[in-house]
Amino acid sequence: MILGRVVGTVVTTISHPAFKHRRLLVVQPLGLEGEPPDADFIALDNTQAGVGDTVLVNREGNGARQVLNNPDAPVISVIVGLVDSVYID
Amino acid sequence: MLLGRVVGSAVCTVKYPGTEGVKLLVVQPLDKDLSPVGGFQVAADVVQAGPGDLCVMVRSREAALAMTDVKFVPVDLALVGIVDELAVQPADKMGELIMRRGWNPFYGKAEE
Repeated sequence: MILGRVVGTVVTTISHPAFKHRRLLVVQPLGLEGEPPDADFIALDNTQAGVGDTVLVNREGNGARQVLNNPDAPVISVIVGLVDSVYID
Repeated sequence: MLLGRVVGSAVCTVKYPGTEGVKLLVVQPLDKDLSPVGGFQVAADVVQAGPGDLCVMVRSREAALAMTDVKFVPVDLALVGIVDELAVQPADKMGELIMRRGWNPFYGKAEE
């Protein structure tokens, strides 16, 4: 799982049935200060996250299908938590 | 999952069993600002996208799951949605996209 910030929304009317009634959000991974950040990606929302929220994102298909309770969902990235704070040693 | 724009189509007469009838499109992967990321790739189409369409794509094993009738096919990139609207915050409004050592409080920063 990774930490990221929701920076945008994606609206699709024509999409795979597993995506219906769920929001797609653009997530920018957070990096440590001074290090180049990872590339942005799109994640399916499972937590009512909004633009500006810091989120926990599962980026693995098996976990995503378990979260969505759909063994055939073509989903890799799913938002599974809203982050309040992070401590780094 | 990532964004991509359809730039063409690929036609194969000889295909692996199970992938017959699957439309193949040439796509340019894009980032959130719609700038190209890497080179062209070939994606299986399940949403009937056309040339110029901005799409949501899914990679790896999950791409094969996107096929409606066959689930065990050699496909590693599939189009799963056609984007009608993409709204990304301007870079100056995103705030800091970094974490610092020590406590990083994130609550109360989301804008309504």
